[in-house]
Amino acid sequence: MAIVIGPVIVARGLRKTYDDVVAVDDIDFEVAPGESFGLLGPNGAGKSTTMRMIGGTSTRTSGLLTVAGLDPATHGPEVRAHLGVVPQQDNLDEELSVTDNLVVYGRYFGLPHAYLRPKAAELLEFAQLTEKAKEKVTKLSGGMKRRLTIARALINEPRVLLLDEPTTGLDPQARHILWDRLFRLKEEGVTLIVTTHFMDEAEQLCDRLIVVDRGRIMAEGSPQALIRQYSTREVLELRFGSDRNAEVLSQLADLGDRQEVLPDRILLYAADGEALLDEVTRRGLHPVTSLVRRSSLEDVFLRLTGRSLVE
Amino acid sequence: MSEVGRTLTDSNRLAYSGRADAPAVTSARARRWGWWFYAEHFLRSSKAYAWSILGYSVGQPLLYFLSLGLGLGSLVDQGVGTVDGVPYLTFVGPAILVSTVVMGASGEMTYPVMGGFKWQRLYYAPISAPVSPAQVATGHFVAVMIRFVLQATVIWLMLLAFGATTSPWSWLTIPVGVLAAGAFGAPLQAYAATLLDEGAQFAFVQRFIVMPMFLFAGTFFPLSAMPAWLQWIGWVSPIWHGTQLARLVSYGAAVPGWLAAVHVAYLGGLLALGVVLSRRRYERRLIA
Repeated sequence: MAIVIGPVIVARGLRKTYDDVVAVDDIDFEVAPGESFGLLGPNGAGKSTTMRMIGGTSTRTSGLLTVAGLDPATHGPEVRAHLGVVPQQDNLDEELSVTDNLVVYGRYFGLPHAYLRPKAAELLEFAQLTEKAKEKVTKLSGGMKRRLTIARALINEPRVLLLDEPTTGLDPQARHILWDRLFRLKEEGVTLIVTTHFMDEAEQLCDRLIVVDRGRIMAEGSPQALIRQYSTREVLELRFGSDRNAEVLSQLADLGDRQEVLPDRILLYAADGEALLDEVTRRGLHPVTSLVRRSSLEDVFLRLTGRSLVE
Repeated sequence: MSEVGRTLTDSNRLAYSGRADAPAVTSARARRWGWWFYAEHFLRSSKAYAWSILGYSVGQPLLYFLSLGLGLGSLVDQGVGTVDGVPYLTFVGPAILVSTVVMGASGEMTYPVMGGFKWQRLYYAPISAPVSPAQVATGHFVAVMIRFVLQATVIWLMLLAFGATTSPWSWLTIPVGVLAAGAFGAPLQAYAATLLDEGAQFAFVQRFIVMPMFLFAGTFFPLSAMPAWLQWIGWVSPIWHGTQLARLVSYGAAVPGWLAAVHVAYLGGLLALGVVLSRRRYERRLIA
């Protein structure tokens, strides 16, 4: 395959409406080869729709979109031959064995059995599913199914992997195993495009991301740059009990660079969280719990939209 | 050497070993053969049910042969002598073949279609690879037809075993049965693809469309034996058109050439219409 020198994906004024609902509202972005690019936003932000437009399984209403230089709307099969797609909802064939799921998927690309058999074994090794090779998919846990879906997406050796909410519904341990596997792929130069509503996932996996809300791009940059730009170094989280939070706030209004009140806690933004906590205590306020932490993308999202990522 | 080093080497080979065909090659293949790739998947999944499919395709017609052919048949043959100039078993045999596969279509083109779109979402896998929705529609249809070829062959062998056929052309009952199943199955597939909820309509189709189509379609007695105001059911039923063709090739029933042509055209027309509609329907539903 020729090496793609320009961007792998270019979107300009990309827009998608369903009847009168605007799912994706005039967005622009580019993804460079080998980059890990994230779309971070809450459910319903238009992330999955964007992913499906990239794969050509959703038609855009207007704007320009190219994937490996091709228009997915007119060259769907050609575009998808370049991609590995991990959909949000699993669509494995539960009646088939783990290995057969890889083989039938590989056949969709017309890949011969002589290639697929050894390839399937390698991918199961990578996905840590070798012992399950002959089991039916119904026997797998949620995390194993997710890893199998990722292995399946790699069957055609794609340079670009689309991951739509890769760890939603998984327990913390399963998520870490999955991130580790994805990190391996990233190290090998596979371009990852990840949608997520988990800020820790975006921080773990993405070199660069766009924060999306209601179909629009709110901010763009590396996780660190976004945090630097839109938040302070540290955050002090205080809980006074849900009925007292609002009333205490008046006594904290001058503290830190910025305050946010969530239903269950108050967030105070400052470079030095410990110093701020000392000041709170000095004023005779005694929170039920307090926590000083580093700013995260969650704070960036809160700053940009006034809402939490996970509601 | 070290564990880490080895794993990295392995996974390097994993991402691009260069052994996979290039995207230009795989997409060209999928454009041409995508429908067959999905049919392959469907047939492979069917293997899990091989025994129940075999039981259904052998057991049910066998029961019909025994009860209708031998039980009812001996009564009919003693009473009126022959039906349509042949023993009752010979008369009813081709009808059993055709109606069994047509009724098979009412199973294969309903719940599995709903499963593809909604329950297991199997249709969403090929379309995230280079296969198109229209090819998925055709692949599902073709795979089911291939299974019907096998099923019709088994029933044809039963016809031979029971001595229920007299013509050397009786093997043509196999393509006739499959054609009739396609004439009913393809439009049903297109209809099933429009349904968004849990498929309660399928029970209605089974009770109020399939059963009358089977009972009033000249299956057990000639259509002409029914009152004229009920005969239209036969005329719209793919089972009747298929059965008449099957009787023609199985024992040389007196079907004029023009009428045989009407049967073929009606069945072929329904099949083609159904395939076109389902391809369109799948495209609209899977690419939104």
